[in-house]
Amino acid sequence: MTQTTAQPAHAPGTAPSGSAGKPKAFFSRYRPKVESLITCTTLAIIFLVWFEVTRRQVVPKIFIPSPHDVLMGFNETIFTGYHGKGLAYHCLVSLGRVLLGWVVACFLAVPLGLAMGLSSKVRAVFDYLIEFYRPLPPLAYYTLLVLWFGIGELSKVLLLFLAAIPPLTIGAVEGVREISPSVIQAARSLGANSRQVFYRIILPATTPAIITSMRISLGFTYTVLVAAEIVAATEGIGWMVWDASKFMRSDIIFVGIITMGATGIGLDACLRIAARRLLKWKYN
Amino acid sequence: MADAMRMENVCVSFGNKQILDNISLTIEEGSFSCICGPSGCGKTTIMSILAGYIMPDSGSCTFMGRPVTGPSPDRLAVFQENTLFQWMTLWENTLFGPKIQGKDMKAAAKKARELIALTGLEGFEGKYPGQLSGGMQRRAELIRALINDPRILLMDEPFRGLDAMTRAMMQEYFLRVFESTGITMLLITSELDEAVFMSDTVYLLSTMPATIKKRMPVAIERPRLLEHQASQEFANIQTEAFAIMESEALKAFEHIPSTRT
Repeated sequence: MTQTTAQPAHAPGTAPSGSAGKPKAFFSRYRPKVESLITCTTLAIIFLVWFEVTRRQVVPKIFIPSPHDVLMGFNETIFTGYHGKGLAYHCLVSLGRVLLGWVVACFLAVPLGLAMGLSSKVRAVFDYLIEFYRPLPPLAYYTLLVLWFGIGELSKVLLLFLAAIPPLTIGAVEGVREISPSVIQAARSLGANSRQVFYRIILPATTPAIITSMRISLGFTYTVLVAAEIVAATEGIGWMVWDASKFMRSDIIFVGIITMGATGIGLDACLRIAARRLLKWKYN
Repeated sequence: MADAMRMENVCVSFGNKQILDNISLTIEEGSFSCICGPSGCGKTTIMSILAGYIMPDSGSCTFMGRPVTGPSPDRLAVFQENTLFQWMTLWENTLFGPKIQGKDMKAAAKKARELIALTGLEGFEGKYPGQLSGGMQRRAELIRALINDPRILLMDEPFRGLDAMTRAMMQEYFLRVFESTGITMLLITSELDEAVFMSDTVYLLSTMPATIKKRMPVAIERPRLLEHQASQEFANIQTEAFAIMESEALKAFEHIPSTRT
């Protein structure tokens, strides 16, 4: 036993490696049972409180509409339409704008982020530009976009596009940085050239980080939706909420917010399913 | 036997810190050599030079008589760090080298099956590295290197972080691979008993800057079995090596001021 004293201390995480797979299996097996119950209960409580607060008229109707009012709001917007257009139409218009801005951003910002992660020179060009505009409130530079590109679709989609970019580049840069240099060294010594290292090592290794950043980016794009539809719009969910607020139609505001939240969750769920399909190695 | 690799008067410094001081060693073709020294003494630097990842400041490093100018599939390295490709199955990891080198995949697949059988990994071909135990991952790294028929295999503390039982099993698997393939191997370790048990030649290193304290031949018959560890011969070599290393190990503590007053 005395000889083992010469041995360097093991990193705490590496010692018993046999049980490495267990915690994951534990979560995937038990999560749907207890945790979904907790989630459902939370939602039910919120709904009940909402129901009671409005039933007892604790707060004036104009601030918080009752669930019934909101249901009627849905009924109205779906079947009669809001300013002549149905809820589905407004929803599709907004989703179209969000997805167009976001998809274009993904195609440009992910390769840019990878390039930034791989080359300090590319990073030197773009890092501070992105860091500078990232914390700006979107409405601040939206005025400029409108000034330059007019009040049409282009300025709206551009705003959404710009909002989508920073999470994507940051995620891709971090993804590249997380790759252990010895993994790349191993691939190189097994005979891989730079092209093969990029397509077979860097790209698959960064995919989890990129998918996560795509999810964050999509959420971020959503947050500027109302801002993007304030100026000179006559359709879209964001515009509907903004317009309804001018007429104190809190029921319509609720309809808009619930629709945006639900579609946001739906889109995120699609991305998560895609991630699970694409990253079998990570979710196994 | 011919020399597979030879290092002559190699010195390396990082900044103004000298890491290696006049290291000369030869690795015979078909032999199992071992570099053993206290942790942080520069063992990994020696391996990086042999693998071609870094160049010595002075002195020479040759492979089959030709100077080493960079990494090559002829001299493959297995690191202490897990470098398996997490997004590939064990099978895909194993065949990575032959595939990107454009080799005959049918022959490679046959060889992969043999190596997988030799290292006891049958049935795990479709698993991802994250689903394998630590010992299995080490064996997977070994066969991912071996399938390329390297002339020499360089292993930098491949058993580090494994528990004692798994480590003993891995030593046996690696010995089995060495004894059945006859491939030249170099092992870097900080464990003396492991060094003596596995190799034909042990180089004992001093603390940094590393110099070679002693070259010790280990003339114990092969195949090496766990029983050999109990033999008198083994004990003698180990005692001798331990005496040399102990003085070095103590030096590592000299610069630390005593806490007793």
